[in-house]
Amino acid sequence: MFGILTLSALVHGPIETFGQLAVVGGGVAAALLLTIARRWKWLWSEWLTSLDAKKIGIMYLILALLMLLRGGIDALMMRGQQALASGAGSGYLSPDHFAQIFTAHGTIMIFFVAMTFMFGLINCVVPLQIGARDVAFPLLNSISFWLTATGAFLLNLSLVIGSFAATGWLAYPPLSEIAYSPGVGVDYWIWALQIAGVGTLLAAVNFIVTILKERAPGMTFMKMPIFTWTVLGSMFLVIAAFPILTGTLAMLSLDRVLGMHFFTTDFGGNVMMYVNLIWAWGHPEVYILILPAFGAFSELVPVFSRKRLFGYTSMVVATMAIVILSFGVWVHHFFTMGAGANVNAFFGIATMTIAIPTGVKIFNWLFTMFRGRITYPTPMLWFMGFLFTFIVGGMTGVLLAVPPADFQLHNSLFLVAHFHNMVIGGVLFGYFAGFSYWFPKIFGFGLHEGLGKLAFWLWLIGFATAFLPLYALGLMGMTRRLDFIPAGSPYHQLLIVAAVGAVIIAAAVGTQILQLAVSVLQRAKRRDHSGDYWNGRTLEWSVPSPAPIYNFAHIPVVHERDAFWDMKKRGVHMQGPYEDIRLPKNSSIGLILAASAFVFGFSMVWHIWWALPVALLAALVTLIARSFVDEREIIVPAAVVAETEERAAKERALAQQPGSFEPTYG
Amino acid sequence: MDKHTDHAHLGLWTYLMSDCVLFASLFAAYAVLYTATAGGPAPADIFHPRFVLAETLILLTSSFASGLAVVFAGRQHRLGTWVALLATFALGATFLGLELHEFSGLVAQGYGWQRSAFLSSFFTLVGTHGLHIFTGLLWLGALFLYMAVRGLTPQAVRRIGYFSLFWHFLDIIWIFIFTIVYLIPLL
Repeated sequence: MFGILTLSALVHGPIETFGQLAVVGGGVAAALLLTIARRWKWLWSEWLTSLDAKKIGIMYLILALLMLLRGGIDALMMRGQQALASGAGSGYLSPDHFAQIFTAHGTIMIFFVAMTFMFGLINCVVPLQIGARDVAFPLLNSISFWLTATGAFLLNLSLVIGSFAATGWLAYPPLSEIAYSPGVGVDYWIWALQIAGVGTLLAAVNFIVTILKERAPGMTFMKMPIFTWTVLGSMFLVIAAFPILTGTLAMLSLDRVLGMHFFTTDFGGNVMMYVNLIWAWGHPEVYILILPAFGAFSELVPVFSRKRLFGYTSMVVATMAIVILSFGVWVHHFFTMGAGANVNAFFGIATMTIAIPTGVKIFNWLFTMFRGRITYPTPMLWFMGFLFTFIVGGMTGVLLAVPPADFQLHNSLFLVAHFHNMVIGGVLFGYFAGFSYWFPKIFGFGLHEGLGKLAFWLWLIGFATAFLPLYALGLMGMTRRLDFIPAGSPYHQLLIVAAVGAVIIAAAVGTQILQLAVSVLQRAKRRDHSGDYWNGRTLEWSVPSPAPIYNFAHIPVVHERDAFWDMKKRGVHMQGPYEDIRLPKNSSIGLILAASAFVFGFSMVWHIWWALPVALLAALVTLIARSFVDEREIIVPAAVVAETEERAAKERALAQQPGSFEPTYG
Repeated sequence: MDKHTDHAHLGLWTYLMSDCVLFASLFAAYAVLYTATAGGPAPADIFHPRFVLAETLILLTSSFASGLAVVFAGRQHRLGTWVALLATFALGATFLGLELHEFSGLVAQGYGWQRSAFLSSFFTLVGTHGLHIFTGLLWLGALFLYMAVRGLTPQAVRRIGYFSLFWHFLDIIWIFIFTIVYLIPLL
């Protein structure tokens, strides 16, 4: 009836039990809170079934924050173990549990923090930035989000029922094959990623069409904001890279479930094919994440330098160059495979080539700041922090791209330090910058600056304390993923320093949560009446904060690159008459399909075969039923639009301080 | 072309390009593994070119029929649309039946997907195409249901167009399978 699932799957060791109780307790507490506050109906109709990209974006952001906490706890546990399990001490984690934690940490941070955070920002910003009322396929957008959430749920469910993969975040075979990982952990990993991966792919289809087809009249490609450009590049990469992940995970799953021999060590299987395939996805994935971060910086650096972006065209060219080059470097993840000197030389040089467009971007930002009137609110601090850490990470990356050096540093903590340098210093700082920059637009009130700055400094110091020692440890020869360090090794002291760094980062995250809480409590005082919190340059700042459900009462007409700056300069004001606006109606299809996907994934993990056709049939019936639904839109009457717009105009007039707008350029 | 159709077309094309990449990774796996027979049969031992040629012609005809359906639907020719779509379905189902026949024959001979890496990659690549065909048949079934209830509405005409695009795409993938999986190893 329940496949290989028995009650014993619920029984864990003491530390795992704590995690189990935390997940279940958190769920129960949330449910209770919603019941007491009588908010279930509100939650359902205002959020869960909403097809409004802005709300879907906020749900992505909340999911990313929750997963950041989960992945962060994993990180603290690992740093704790390595600091304690040295010499006389053996730490508090079993080797298997330690392996599950580092696997979960990597998987969660990449797929459910970085990717989710990215789609949160994209949903909240891109439609507004291109002057659109919504995305091209609003229902598909909801489906994408719910599939992502299902993947995250399935992954965290492994804390409660069964166990997670203990293979490392990319689950290399033969370790991840059924012969060496007979449990359900690898299957949880596979299906969490498959389901979330489909969500990602559909979201990419959606945003490509949105950006290509939904731009406001006059916004030609070379007038598109850079954030939108980088999102377009990133989404192209998703389309070209994610199917490889889907295919590879499918092959691994077929090996495990049907006894195939793609990556087994016998019957002709080829282990290195897995490593090639997974990195043919995995390397572009890094650029999928970093490009929108570059885009966010390209938006905020001009705003806080009071100048237009330097080198717009070269920025676009550099972005697209990175998109193409990112597919030609995957072998640098395994120079030690033995492909030979010529192959390694090719991929080493190709890797170094990527530093060129990236360098172009860095210099463009610097020249944007040059002779600007620079101010340093929190978003700009994140940019400065990025600039310093990312350059260090970039240089260690070029070092690792030299095959002979890589043979020494491969699989060491030097590598771990390098990619955290890129992903924290680049991706995460970029998203934090974007988050603090667009926060007033998304929520309608500003963030507490003091706490934001404190969080930034704690992050920067914590990052340096936690990861710079890892460079040294790597050069000293310490390999990654060690759960125990023998007595008398010289690693111990630096590992303690790294653990202290992890605690500082935890304090930074705590400060960020405090910042959110304080800002929410003071939201009346911090209300953004103007809609143009930072004196911005692009279209998202031309509408009230938060944007009305229809985004734009009139679709703007674009004449210049910084469209809103141009409107302010020319004194263009949108006014009536207003007309009815059609918007997508709420739908629970996303939730139903996600529930089917969950049943399917869970049943694949636990071999509950009879449930598979049931799940597929449920999805099929849902889609057929949807094909008969004709009423897919609601109408916001012109009177309501007029009322909303007039209220916003009044607020704006009150907020207008004399001299708040001074065009300083062009 | 109205806005929604325009968007859906571009979206469908984008999705199909991503599906292309999925097949590309399976083709790559086959190219790496088709010599990894592990003492089992090699491609030349088990493939029957004439059988596969018959499969190919049936699928191409099915694709042609779906093209006719688009033309008929565009002219609001009810009977023609129905006949063409039913022919598309029947030929597609025949193709799938033949493929299952080939698969079951191989398994009965002891040449199942567990026999060697070559056979694993063969069953997966060709099976994934078959799964797409099966999905297409379900889609067509849903379309029949819609047309039976609502008739040949503009909505139905649009959907026939989308389906046809998907169906032609599967045809193109099959041409590559025919060439790379069945023909090249025989040369």
